[in-house]
Amino acid sequence: MRIQTPLARVRHLGSAKEGSDHWWWQRLTALLLVPLSLWFVASIWWLVIGGATYEAFQDWLSGPVAAILMLLFIGMMFYHLKLGLQVVIEDYVHTKAVKWTFLVMINLGCLIGAIAAIYSTVAVALGG
Amino acid sequence: MALRDRPLSPHLQVYRPQLTSVLSIFHRLTGVFLATGAAMLCCWLLTAAAGPEYYEWSQWFLTSWLGYALLAAWSYCLFYHLCNGIRHLFWDVGIGFSLKATYASGVLMVLASFGLTGLSWGLGLYFYFTG
Repeated sequence: MRIQTPLARVRHLGSAKEGSDHWWWQRLTALLLVPLSLWFVASIWWLVIGGATYEAFQDWLSGPVAAILMLLFIGMMFYHLKLGLQVVIEDYVHTKAVKWTFLVMINLGCLIGAIAAIYSTVAVALGG
Repeated sequence: MALRDRPLSPHLQVYRPQLTSVLSIFHRLTGVFLATGAAMLCCWLLTAAAGPEYYEWSQWFLTSWLGYALLAAWSYCLFYHLCNGIRHLFWDVGIGFSLKATYASGVLMVLASFGLTGLSWGLGLYFYFTG
């Protein structure tokens, strides 16, 4: 005879218990990316289309506001990208080996991209 | 489990496209395409970290005709994804689920995405002429 309740038996079985985490972070990063990407586009237009000199670019990125916003944008954007691409693969790729290859590539790609972008931002901001 | 060619649901080939489904598909497509923009951001920052002579390469590429075409595509896809993303955030808190509201927000979102892209390029034009 089982004294265990049905609830105790299903605990630690079933879902991976990470689904709400993915959902929550996708929304949180999305919300933060709304103002950050508006700032980002305006900055890129000023730098690229406006043809800012390297000195002007470095001067701008050395300021705390631009550097912090750029680092925030990079972090939020690459995390949002990882979460989004992951769902696309999980929805359409059903062969286990191919799926896992894609997922590992997405995770590593976004991590490497974020590290490269963060390093470069800091290097430009601090390099005199 | 052996992989079989089972029919997938929804059966897209017999489905009449609706505004709702088309906008949803484009949300994904723009998101995936924006990944290439993220790669460009990395290249741009890396060349900047490498020094002024390499930064010039990025500047040259981005202001070439191909660069401008890509910037136009990236900016539109970003504003589309941003506007439809806001639509999704409203749904997430339970607002705008009725069929009428869904279609209205869909039309509004498309108009807003074009409006924001136009506004941003207006700003770009301003920077182009003022330096």
